[in-house]
Amino acid sequence: MDVNKNSYIFGFSALLVIVVAAVLSFAAESLKPMQTENVRIEKMQNILTSVGISATPAEAGELFDQYIIDQKLLSNKGAVVDKDGLTAFDIDAVKQYKDKNLSPEEKFYPLFTFQNEEGKKYIVPMAGKGLWGPIWGYVAFAEDMNTIVGSTFDHKSETPGLGAEIKEDFFTQKFIGKTIFEGNEFVSVEIVKGGQPWDSPHKVDGISGGTITSVGVGEMMERTLGVYVPYFKNTSKASL
Amino acid sequence: MSETAEAKVKEPLFSKKNKKLLTDPLNDDNPITIQVLGICSALAITVQVKQAFVMSVSVLAVMIFSNLIVSLIRNLIPSRVRIIVQLVIVAALVILVDQILKAFVYDVSKQLSVFVGLIITNCIIMGRLEAFALANKPFPSILDAIGNAAGYAWILIVVAIFREFFGSGKLWGFQIIPQSFYEFGYFNNGLMILPPMALITVGIIIWVQRSRNTKLIESN
Repeated sequence: MDVNKNSYIFGFSALLVIVVAAVLSFAAESLKPMQTENVRIEKMQNILTSVGISATPAEAGELFDQYIIDQKLLSNKGAVVDKDGLTAFDIDAVKQYKDKNLSPEEKFYPLFTFQNEEGKKYIVPMAGKGLWGPIWGYVAFAEDMNTIVGSTFDHKSETPGLGAEIKEDFFTQKFIGKTIFEGNEFVSVEIVKGGQPWDSPHKVDGISGGTITSVGVGEMMERTLGVYVPYFKNTSKASL
Repeated sequence: MSETAEAKVKEPLFSKKNKKLLTDPLNDDNPITIQVLGICSALAITVQVKQAFVMSVSVLAVMIFSNLIVSLIRNLIPSRVRIIVQLVIVAALVILVDQILKAFVYDVSKQLSVFVGLIITNCIIMGRLEAFALANKPFPSILDAIGNAAGYAWILIVVAIFREFFGSGKLWGFQIIPQSFYEFGYFNNGLMILPPMALITVGIIIWVQRSRNTKLIESN
């Protein structure tokens, strides 16, 4: 058989592409349930990590159901909205952040309520932009809806050793105890370079060499938390 | 013709020639330091040892299967379109590896993120397909793949050890340089984390290797 005939080349290429396409789509389809489950579990783990509970993939689902007692959706004005068939867990903050076609009114902001024997905590998911790609995270607030009690951040493709350090404990722990209100005014938490007073309740030391990612974290927090301000103000006053 | 064929059948599984396929790429014919292939990934993912290790394992898997498949169908591949055929096979395997990692070892797949996709463009894989698998039987092709992947892996890991140790004071994510050093004014070398230092480290390895291995010293 002459393998260099044009007809053979066409036939061979077509066959190869069809076989490869079949194998890949079969693999993608059959592995998809496991992959989406992994993503779901990871999200539960992240939410729990922000309040200081580290869960293995096997127990994440159970602990999540046990501790997260309420899920709310807020509109972009900070009012609680009811959307049929949509829970706070279903909102993919990163996807929503990147989707240019959504008008601000169509975006929903989830809020998770965590409760254990020590009391309630409120968890806010957020998404933003790092140096190379999206970053996201969960920030947990104490019952006063002002003091940060925990946080977790993650990223898609920040530089290892530099921007990627935002997911490390040493960075996320710096947020604990910081507050987002100065008196009655929303000031968020700013990520600053070295040499500035970090003991300020609204400032956190950024990562050397990871400036753009650090600034991205600050921007993400300010923009996202700004949406929750009306809700936080009303709710914390009502409960006081 | 029949004589040579018979001789090949009788060739033991790990003959001298086959063993050479495994050991040559480790030193005399190393894909990174001698052939200077796959430099791109050697620069990109040697900041931490763990990443370098997982990358090496992924490259090993892709290389074994691509070499095997290409070697099996080597007589069917039209030579005029062979490069694109190799590319399709490698790309399909890489996507498969990526999907499997995502389904079964999700945390590792997150570690590697974009780098898995970059295996497709790793010159070593295409190079071995072109230079070896297209002309050899499946078993030697597998050995060749293992040898070259190992040659790639050890350079990657050595570079990563240097970079993680001097750049972050850690190895495999564990702190090695004690805190008291930092209190005495020791600083991590931030330059080690940036790509240029990877190139310099690879350069130093090439230098050491060439000065020790007499076969590699050029006469003129």
